[in-house]
Amino acid sequence: MDIFLQQLINGLVLGSIYALVALGYTMVYGILELINFAHGEVTMIGAMVALSVIGLLLGAMPELPGILVVLAGVLVAIPACMLLGYAIEKIAYRPLRKAPRLAPLITAIGVSIILQNVAMLVWGRQYVSFPRILPEGRHEIWGAHITDLQIFIVVLSLSVMASLWLLVQRTRLGRAMRATAQSKEVAALMGVNVDKVISATFLIGSAIAAIAGVMVSAYYGLAHYYMGFLLGLKAFSAAVLGGIGNIAGAMLGGMLLGMIEALGAGYIGDLTGGFLGSHYQDVFAFFVLILVLVFRPSGLLGERVASRA
Amino acid sequence: MGFGRRNTLILSLILAGALSGCGKKAETDSDITVIKIGSVSPLTGPQAHIGKDNENGARLAVDEIHAQGLTLGGKKIKLELLGEDDQADPKTATIVAQKLVDQGVQAVIGHLNSGTTIPASKYYHDAGIPQISPSATAIAYTAQGYKTAYRVMANDEQQGRALGQFAVGKMGAKRIAVVDDRTAYGQGLADEFEKAAKAAGGTIVAREFTNDRATDFAAILTSIKGKSPDLLFFGGMDPQGGPMAQQMKRLGLNAKLLGGDGLQNINFIKLAGTDAEGVTASSPGLPLEAMPGGPAFKTRFEAKYGAIQVYAPYAYDAVQVLVAAMKKADSADPAAVLAVLPQTDHQGVSGQLRFDAKGDTQGGAVTVYQVKNGAWAVLETVK
Repeated sequence: MDIFLQQLINGLVLGSIYALVALGYTMVYGILELINFAHGEVTMIGAMVALSVIGLLLGAMPELPGILVVLAGVLVAIPACMLLGYAIEKIAYRPLRKAPRLAPLITAIGVSIILQNVAMLVWGRQYVSFPRILPEGRHEIWGAHITDLQIFIVVLSLSVMASLWLLVQRTRLGRAMRATAQSKEVAALMGVNVDKVISATFLIGSAIAAIAGVMVSAYYGLAHYYMGFLLGLKAFSAAVLGGIGNIAGAMLGGMLLGMIEALGAGYIGDLTGGFLGSHYQDVFAFFVLILVLVFRPSGLLGERVASRA
Repeated sequence: MGFGRRNTLILSLILAGALSGCGKKAETDSDITVIKIGSVSPLTGPQAHIGKDNENGARLAVDEIHAQGLTLGGKKIKLELLGEDDQADPKTATIVAQKLVDQGVQAVIGHLNSGTTIPASKYYHDAGIPQISPSATAIAYTAQGYKTAYRVMANDEQQGRALGQFAVGKMGAKRIAVVDDRTAYGQGLADEFEKAAKAAGGTIVAREFTNDRATDFAAILTSIKGKSPDLLFFGGMDPQGGPMAQQMKRLGLNAKLLGGDGLQNINFIKLAGTDAEGVTASSPGLPLEAMPGGPAFKTRFEAKYGAIQVYAPYAYDAVQVLVAAMKKADSADPAAVLAVLPQTDHQGVSGQLRFDAKGDTQGGAVTVYQVKNGAWAVLETVK
């Protein structure tokens, strides 16, 4: 029982991380119908910038409490990523807004490769380790372990999702976003500044990416110029699973993917009597993804995608 | 907006001019013959740091040989090192191998990973080019019967056997869990370890798998925890081993962590932080300080490229033994070099280099290390 509970906790934490990154994919897709493949890299840049700040602060003022140092890192990483996201949209996507849909998609892949290589030049090929300065409180529930950081990741990701939902449903900007998502032209005719709305989307998405990046590198204890790629791919899959373009869907998809991976890796070997090992965890996860898409092509909570395709 | 016919004409004129210019330049330099040597390792991707280290080791050797001057068959020779990136990916490795063959390299130093070295070795074999890998340790590499495949490091059979015996005999492990990263290296090492540990009397209670890009091992570690092992062996590299050590502690899995040369580097300690303490790992060959040319190599390398990651001395030796064979054959012709490589005996930085009939090094040692106070300390060297 404790093992099963531990696997559920593992899946929940992993899922929260996926969900946090998936929110960025889903927001941009919801409004622009663009799969922003560079989003994973923005997450990576967030982690790298925060780590640089943390390194500097630790060097200058070693007696500062760990939480404050990490917080300072996050506070620098957020504006840095927002600026980056804004610039990416302005330079790489805006000129292509009226181009066929494949063009911005390929540009997104290009931006992702450029960012990876720039990060490699700036921060090097080395894995950068995240200093162990956060309190490592560990709790035991019926034999399963959960740390403060893990609880924080789950809570943070739930609250970011909730505030994002409130923003979209309850504010003026949110209404403008929804209008732009339905039709850019009509929204513009109604006096919505479409460019500003899209920029705002990228700014918010990148800010969340910065937070996600710091969380991921703190949790795994490392950051690397390549980390955004796989994370982005998984988060993108999570967004598709939940129904891309839907904020609650990103959360659900992320959580589900995390759970499926953890339970798949944990039990697939025992259930098949060693015939399939834990290396089939990705196969298992993507098998579920395909199965969902066969029966619900727009994802679990997605509605709009089908009517547009 | 296609190229007009006139544009094409002008372009081809410019090209022709450029080409004839090249021709003239080569004529004046004809007293120096350029010999191309390929160096292949992952220069991008998660293992880029170790890959660059290998290339730097090879480059240091090439630069030193150039400084000393090399003459073969009465002609002055200039070695040119072509550094290529295989991204630690078997598919890319074959593309790079073909590219190097097409570029007319006379020998190849590489690749770094066993998973890339093995598929690439067929291309070098078909082209008849000697290949010396500094760090590929999978048994399969030299077991293919290729007369072109050599390596300068003890293979996984030796290392896995030493580790399996060490785990049961010296560390007293009874219930053992094995994890590997599904690469030719990790899997091969883990298989050999498993065999040796079983033979020594240990019980394998779990065999789990991950991949060489993963950072989350919570699921498999939890599953392993359910089988309460006293030792966990990981066949893989430091980017996975570091987080794995941390996650073991986080999950309350109190088994000792043991690994191969993929973990035995400074980066592992950085990544695992305080959880690295007590982790045991082996490395083929002697510790750098105990290598015959180790300390001197360290000084020369660090003056140029900074800290040594792990395999640089072996990449350096691979170039040196290749050049020793070229000198012996008095030619850089691949066929002539291949004819003398089996008899080449070279005093390298890492030790005396002699090959056996398969292309493996003779009498490779394996050293077991443990992290003590944040640094790798030698436990013992197994011959």
